[in-house]
Amino acid sequence: MTLTGRTIFPGKASGEALVSRMGISFYGGVDPETGVVTEAGHDLEGQSIAGRVLVFPSGKGSTVGSYVLYRLKRNGHAPIAIINETCETITAVGCIIAEIPCVDQIPISEFATGMQLHVDAEQGLISFNGDCVEC
Amino acid sequence: MHLTSEEQALLNGDSGDAAQKAMQILETLGRIYGAERMIPIRSVQIAGVSYANLGEAGLEWLSEMAEGGGRAQVLTTLNPAGMDIENYRALGISEDFAEKQRRVLSAFEAMGVVTTCSCTPYLFGNLPCFGEHIAWAESSAVCYANSVLGARTNREGGPSALAAALTGCTPAYGYHLDDNRQPTLHVHVDADIRDNPDFGALGKVIGDRIQSESSGRVPTITGIPDASLENLKSFCASIATYGGVALFHIPGITPEADCYEMPDERFHVSQHDLDSGKASLTNADAEEVDFVSLGCPHLSLREIQRVAELLEGKRVIKEFWITTSRPVKGMADRMGYTAVIEAAGAKFATDTCCVVAPIEGRFHAMATDSAKACYYAHAKNHFKTRLLNFEAVIQEALE
Repeated sequence: MTLTGRTIFPGKASGEALVSRMGISFYGGVDPETGVVTEAGHDLEGQSIAGRVLVFPSGKGSTVGSYVLYRLKRNGHAPIAIINETCETITAVGCIIAEIPCVDQIPISEFATGMQLHVDAEQGLISFNGDCVEC
Repeated sequence: MHLTSEEQALLNGDSGDAAQKAMQILETLGRIYGAERMIPIRSVQIAGVSYANLGEAGLEWLSEMAEGGGRAQVLTTLNPAGMDIENYRALGISEDFAEKQRRVLSAFEAMGVVTTCSCTPYLFGNLPCFGEHIAWAESSAVCYANSVLGARTNREGGPSALAAALTGCTPAYGYHLDDNRQPTLHVHVDADIRDNPDFGALGKVIGDRIQSESSGRVPTITGIPDASLENLKSFCASIATYGGVALFHIPGITPEADCYEMPDERFHVSQHDLDSGKASLTNADAEEVDFVSLGCPHLSLREIQRVAELLEGKRVIKEFWITTSRPVKGMADRMGYTAVIEAAGAKFATDTCCVVAPIEGRFHAMATDSAKACYYAHAKNHFKTRLLNFEAVIQEALE
């Protein structure tokens, strides 16, 4: 199955989904050294976003969060792609400066943690359940 | 989104890596928020300057943008840094932090950004005209520029403000457009609003109410007969902190108030609401206070003159920071206020403030006249607070 969204930052990535139903604050909510979510009470608390296709509704919190995505990319702990329902400034700017493929306007209720997702952010396409033109 | 050939050339990388990255940011934000085009801007205020907030990642990115040939195309000023650039040792800032903070400022300088290091750029040289398009970060200054000056800006973050500086443009959406500057809510104030704690508490009461309903609201506020520049900067800081408000109107005080019809939706702020708002920002007793701070937003020259009058011939017994901008400090030096204030044992914390300096956990309880400072004292630095009027704050330092 393939869903079509909007390109925020282009690029392609395939990997295991990590899905949150909650907003993510990268500044203060994610350890910039390890990629582990530290926000108390968050549904991803204790899990690492490193190397995953990170799926969440929208970003929140301080605009410094953009720099956290950049730092995670530089130290090898960034998500390989980001999928949002509605991308906002913090996540968009973070993906642009860190060069992380990002697509939004996707109904993320389709996804669950552990699913294999193929993100083609050039075209804004998300493929899953083995239905992928390139794999 | 339509880009001119010049803007498209920047996006293609014709003017270097930094300008290309900047245009990628602006073009993407334009697409996200439905802008039809870019608009030229006249000035930028950049936030995200303190190394305590930026960290190594922010510093690396700024250095990369400077090395990528980034150069400010319009007047660009800077928010407070994490320390007084000259007097940091007296404030207990480490050499290690100072070194990293200096590298941040060097990266900005290399890009032609004026290292004003203040949240009140409108007090010295970055003063937009009515109707002028600008791209500012720093929520209190954004609110002041939109509301008090009638300039037009969205609430930018550090990277999007820098991107606007390096290209001289910003996407035309949000508060740049007439439609989004219309008031959506009428707030009538039935309370006595006189000094900064009153204005700060009013900002919190309205801000809390708006935040819990929906963001992006523009209130028109009636029942405020008079407000000084200092009252307005305090109010802007508070309503932006507690409610995310970027624009408000006050008939008789702000310039756009009469351009629009009064919205139907309405709520009242009573004296009781105001008193409760004020009381909620005091959770320390007088004897617990070990830190006194004035200057959130940065003090004006008039306020520093008042501090000097109240401290003349006296001696403070608590750590007391006067936070202001370097240009205002320069005038205070010339007028002799600095000498009076320092003789009383208070310290100038120029270029910085109690929100962005690395003082987390250093003090137990802070006295201030700023509702915004109370928010960050609780949320970031884990201090208790006492919200008092200007004179009472100074008295607190003496007892």
